[in-house]
Amino acid sequence: MNEDGGPIFRQIAAQVENAIVDGSLPEESQAPSTNELAAFHRINPATAAKGLNRLVDDGVLHKRRGVGMFVATGARDQLLKRRRSEFADQYLEPLLTEAAKLGISGAEISTMIAERRGAR
Amino acid sequence: MTAAATLDDVTMRFRGHTALDGITTELRQDCITGLLGRNGAGKTTLMQLLTGHRVPTSGRVRVFGVDPYEADSVLQRVCFVKESQRYPDHFRVCDVLTAARMLYPDWDDDLATQLVGEFDLPRRRAVKKLSRGMTSMVGIVVGLASRAPITFFDEPYLGLDAVARQQFYDRLIADWSEQPRTIVLSTHLIEEIGDLLEHVLLVDRGRVLLDEDAESLRDRALTVSGQIPAVAAFTAGRRVLHSDALGSFTRAVVEVHSATDRDEASRHGLTPEPTSLQQLVVALSRATAPTTTAPDDLEGVSR
Repeated sequence: MNEDGGPIFRQIAAQVENAIVDGSLPEESQAPSTNELAAFHRINPATAAKGLNRLVDDGVLHKRRGVGMFVATGARDQLLKRRRSEFADQYLEPLLTEAAKLGISGAEISTMIAERRGAR
Repeated sequence: MTAAATLDDVTMRFRGHTALDGITTELRQDCITGLLGRNGAGKTTLMQLLTGHRVPTSGRVRVFGVDPYEADSVLQRVCFVKESQRYPDHFRVCDVLTAARMLYPDWDDDLATQLVGEFDLPRRRAVKKLSRGMTSMVGIVVGLASRAPITFFDEPYLGLDAVARQQFYDRLIADWSEQPRTIVLSTHLIEEIGDLLEHVLLVDRGRVLLDEDAESLRDRALTVSGQIPAVAAFTAGRRVLHSDALGSFTRAVVEVHSATDRDEASRHGLTPEPTSLQQLVVALSRATAPTTTAPDDLEGVSR
């Protein structure tokens, strides 16, 4: 997997979360199994299990004994809320650091954002 | 956490050459362990001890709680796929499979048939007439289909192309998922197998350099690059495993102690990058290498 992305189990958890956030993995649907994830990503199955268990601990997935793991009701809202709170740290902080290096002012940044949004 | 096998202060000497020097470690049950290290580091000797092919000069080796040397009860539960496995001259591929079926009580014939088909192996051809890569495939089929509670793969893919290696990795993951067991993979292709490992055992000149979970190793070292004074300011008081310089620019592999090290490197104006398992293994092996002599050629001595 991606060398820059930190521990693999965290990347696995993040990918499943992404699928929940973008709606491709709806609430109460069955999440991919440990073995499916291990085979697809070519990673150690114990590592894949660790990623899924992380999501169980967070209440994003729940286990149904003998059947598999399912997306919890309310998981999407929960993830959206957390991602919004992390947005500033994850995206604005590096943007402001680079802007300071290049001498780009706050007003210029605002203009750029407005232009980009208009072009979409 | 149960151990499938343990080594307790094990030393192995061959005519004055010390191949293993007081090794204490264990193989965790149902875990895929990578046995890494340079040529002559002692990897093969370690596996020979664990598979009852040798007796240590001193120390204690235990596999499933008993001494593996000449212990049939242990040996049929252990499969050792060697780099250059020899078969009797007249043996065809199907004869190797028949012999393996008799040897290993957990042998899975369906799996063997599937793998022979996948690798496109000619069942009735003499093994000695096979190409190098195909001979390696035979070893891989035996290793996987043996379903032995402990399976050692010692550089199993000499001559195997990238496609066949990927087939091996995929089958290994799939089969382990179906039937978890203790697997030891000894290889130099660290980049390829890094993500398959749960545990890493790195040996160097007969000693253990690393014995850790693969996941924790991903955060173990940081590669920082920048201007020499800035790098020096950051690396002061830290263990530098390796460094390169290009003019006034330098790059250093540094051992990480806390999660904030990365931020601190950024504050020094450096670019921190994660260090891959392969880079870490290379840096650690180099950091402990003697400056004058190359490692002795163990293969030559042990024969």
